[in-house]
Amino acid sequence: MWSALRTIWRVFLHLFEKKPTIEYPEVKPKLPPRYRGRIVLTRDPDGLERCVACYLCSAACPVDCIALQMAEAPDGRRYPAFFRINFSRCIFCGFCEEACPTYAIQLTPDFEMSEYRRGAMVYEKEDLTVDGQGKYPGYNFYRVAGLAIAGKGKGEAEGERAPIDVRGLLP
Amino acid sequence: MATIVVDGRPYEADPARNLLDVCLSHKLDLPYFCWHPAMGSVGACRQCAVKQFKDENDTRGRLVMACMTPAADGARFSIADPEAKAFRASVIEWLMLNHPHDCPVCDEGSECHLQDMTVMTGHNERRFRFPKRSYVNQDLGPFVNHEMNRCIQCYRCVRFYRDYAGGADLDVFGVHDGLYFGRAGDGTLESEYAGNLVEVCPTGVFTDKTLKRHYARKWDLQTAPSICVHCSLGCNVIPGERAGELRRIRNRYNREINGHFLCDRGRYGYEFVNDERRVRRALAPHGPDRSADPLDPNEAIARVAPLLAGRVVGIGSPRASLEANFALQTLVGPDRFFQGISTRDKRLVDTALALLREGPSRAPTLHEVERADAVLVLGEDAPNTAPRLALALRQTAGVVPRQAVAGIPRWHDNAVRELIQDAKTPIYLATPVATRIDDLARRGQHAPPEEIARLGFAVAHALNADAPPVGGLAPEVAALAEEIAGVLRAAERPVVVTGTSCGSEAVLRAAAQVAWACGAGLCCVLPECNSMGLALLGGGSLDDAARALSDGDTLIVLENDLYERTTAADALLARAGHVVVVDHLAHATGARAHTLLPAGTFAESDGTLVNNEGRAQRFFQVFAPSGHSIRESWRWLRDVMNAAGRAEAAGWHALDDVIAALAAARPDLAGVRDAAPSAAWRFAGNKVARLPHRATGRTALHADRSVHEPRAVPDPDAPFNFSMEGAGVELPLPAALVPRFWSPGWNSEQALHRFQEEVEGPLRGGTPGVRLVAPGAGPIPWWRDPPGPFRRREGEWRVVPLHHVFGSDPLSMLSPGVAQRAPAPYVALAPADALGAAVVVTGEGFAATLPVRVLPELTPGTAGLPVGLVGPLPAVVEVKPA
Ligand code: SF4
Ligand code: SF4
Ligand code: SF4
Ligand code: SF4
Ligand code: FES
Repeated sequence: MWSALRTIWRVFLHLFEKKPTIEYPEVKPKLPPRYRGRIVLTRDPDGLERCVACYLCSAACPVDCIALQMAEAPDGRRYPAFFRINFSRCIFCGFCEEACPTYAIQLTPDFEMSEYRRGAMVYEKEDLTVDGQGKYPGYNFYRVAGLAIAGKGKGEAEGERAPIDVRGLLP
Repeated sequence: MATIVVDGRPYEADPARNLLDVCLSHKLDLPYFCWHPAMGSVGACRQCAVKQFKDENDTRGRLVMACMTPAADGARFSIADPEAKAFRASVIEWLMLNHPHDCPVCDEGSECHLQDMTVMTGHNERRFRFPKRSYVNQDLGPFVNHEMNRCIQCYRCVRFYRDYAGGADLDVFGVHDGLYFGRAGDGTLESEYAGNLVEVCPTGVFTDKTLKRHYARKWDLQTAPSICVHCSLGCNVIPGERAGELRRIRNRYNREINGHFLCDRGRYGYEFVNDERRVRRALAPHGPDRSADPLDPNEAIARVAPLLAGRVVGIGSPRASLEANFALQTLVGPDRFFQGISTRDKRLVDTALALLREGPSRAPTLHEVERADAVLVLGEDAPNTAPRLALALRQTAGVVPRQAVAGIPRWHDNAVRELIQDAKTPIYLATPVATRIDDLARRGQHAPPEEIARLGFAVAHALNADAPPVGGLAPEVAALAEEIAGVLRAAERPVVVTGTSCGSEAVLRAAAQVAWACGAGLCCVLPECNSMGLALLGGGSLDDAARALSDGDTLIVLENDLYERTTAADALLARAGHVVVVDHLAHATGARAHTLLPAGTFAESDGTLVNNEGRAQRFFQVFAPSGHSIRESWRWLRDVMNAAGRAEAAGWHALDDVIAALAAARPDLAGVRDAAPSAAWRFAGNKVARLPHRATGRTALHADRSVHEPRAVPDPDAPFNFSMEGAGVELPLPAALVPRFWSPGWNSEQALHRFQEEVEGPLRGGTPGVRLVAPGAGPIPWWRDPPGPFRRREGEWRVVPLHHVFGSDPLSMLSPGVAQRAPAPYVALAPADALGAAVVVTGEGFAATLPVRVLPELTPGTAGLPVGLVGPLPAVVEVKPA
């Protein structure tokens, strides 16, 4: 009898506790930036496409839902001619982000991706590309890579010496 | 056989080999860079270090380079020794000090030997904090991309390009840590073997420039075993496809033929498969503008089938598979099947086949040519007509001097080269014009085909008195013949190389006569990839076809452009009532078709090609073209026969049924069945997967069209799946079914040793392919009628066909890079005949104004015309000032 009353009292006290339930969708949850939701393609500090179309994200993807095709711009930069993620297959594991050597592909805290049509879950590059740098500001792959692009010749990358003079004989 | 001990375990070893070679043959993981199975050791990279112990009591041991250490009996080594491991890790770390941060943008990535070795050695953190070295790249032409920052100074490239392939325009420059591997200045790499640098270089310095335009990683390429279609040697290749586009060609090791290397025509000639001139839908062109709406395949078949009730003449092709030609032969009947080659070409190929079948000489494989100890080349410009053969001859040049080197093992490459210097195997060359292997020749002769033949007949007579003598020889030619005969007589493994390219049966006969007289191998180059198969199948020439065709007959042309073959194509096509063309390319003949049926290229169909030695080799479909009505040629012909109610093809459900029908109709060709396992072959119930198990994007690649994954196209013709399901290459597949070389930890083509019985040995289970041609056992059929000397006739120039590795093969000419390397049309004349910068050349329906190339070695009264660049060649022309 006493135990029953104590239980009722405890339950009554819960009326005054802070409510963990969030009234979604009226109230939006606050997710940490590293939450693994909708995938985006970010830009480098110069505002240019970060993705160099290396195929590492697509190789890492356990459900094979990323497909792309490498192309090379006249300025020497490589970029994806198309970049497609089939979100109806994506399991938001984040492997692509881990594999990406340029910080181009990033998962975001947006998870609201319901659609009536599965085809609408297929995102192309235009749908994926955002304007900012995302979680990793400041990184520019071409500034550290050995590949020359317009505006950054050989020997002009970070931590690179001027090109070897092949005809030089100095010891 | 010796026994060596590695990490406490005994292994069998051939003491003539080095330790690295033996370890890899036993499938032990040992990193290396500078050693190459075909080029031996130089000990430049220090990556293959192992510990060697004096005896079982020695625990300290000493570091040695495995590639420089003989696998002597009783020797004890350790790969796992901590000091050896630490040494190898240091070497990788040094090599990586200056290596750029490039893997994501490097085309070598996914098949990079440097990546593999770095992982194998366990070097996973860069400690170096100082600036890296950099280099300026060079433009090396349309085939090879240069990115010098990635070099690890292993010297493989220059060793291949200069020492192995005889090139001169790639070298190492600079001093100390600034070595530069490239040309003296920007410019196209001249060697026709330059493309091999892509595979020889263990890093991303040299990569495939054509692949870069539509790049895909190795793990994404769908591949199947295939055969090169650009000359008669039948090199084994691995074409790679992704998303309906053929992306590249790689070498597929076949010890007897191409070994580790291809020529650039074979490697870069593939782009016709993606060309916009491809026929992708059935068409029925009509009206003056030849406009046409695509036909449904069934409509197309229904259009052709009723024609079978009337007279039908079929023209086959030496670039179509044996099965496709056989299907056409079945459709029209052997009497109305013609080979689709000119009368001259047919005579030449038939002569070559007859010589190989009736005489006692066997056709050597390229591997055997590489081991010959004396060679006579009669009439064939091998670097241009059969480039891989010329590369083999370059290796032959080292055979005799190497035999003489005592006490230094063959793999000790630099030491052996130093010792032999410029000494060479005796090689004699007689060709109409200078060739790029003239530097190999001890002596030679540039002369018109008749004179080359006379030299050959004279050599044969000097070797064997049963062979008839040649009258009226110039004394110096007679002396040369004696000299050659002496060398061939003394040789143990002589080889005579000849071919159809100079257009002379007398040359072929003379070469055979020499081979017969001294028991040499007879290597005979033919015009196209299936010339031999077509000759075996039989059928008349195009002139015969013209005679057999009555006005109004139906004419079926199989994978052939008649305008390339004869000047009478117009007349022939005009007389046919209905022209059906089955081909993959739109060309002049296709433009005259009433019905055009889209055929699969070598990458979209299966079949058998017979190479110049008579070896039947199967090529397998690489990908299933989607979205259009492309089918294998034999399927079109089968469907037409079935629709017409003909019984012959009723049972042809798959390629194996066609092969069975061929074997039944032609018991002499029954060997074709064994060229590769049939479609029923299974590994533990599975077919082989064409896609690597790591292939990516399966659920996204086609998602723009449909989110439902497409079902894999079934393949009734081959023991392969068009998917990543099935047996993988890590399983012991038969050699004819290995679709690519890959092994865990070995992502580059260096994985090859995992597929060989031993390093440089045949692929596991034996070399694929079946010989259909065997030498005759009867008496030697001596030719008793050597030609008379060449005599210049007033106002007449004897045409000498001149071949170009880039230019003379029409399929590869559709690759932009190959077209860029091809010469512009010209006529070659002797200095005395050069009447100006340009001349008018006329004869036998041929007429053109051509710029003159003066060739000092050309005999006055002969005119060289480039094959494939000026249309069908006449035999005799008149040259007048323009
Ligand atoms: S891993 Fe990064 S850089 Fe590479 S393709 Fe994917 S998004 Fe682009
Ligand atoms: S050569 Fe190999 S290790 Fe170097 S950047 Fe290219 S893929 Fe990476
Ligand atoms: S370019 Fe390639 S093959 Fe040549 S030395 Fe450098 S790494 Fe070796
Ligand atoms: S030698 Fe002939 S068969 Fe071999 S790769 Fe070159 S073109 Fe192809
Ligand atoms: S492979 Fe042995 S030193 Fe380079």
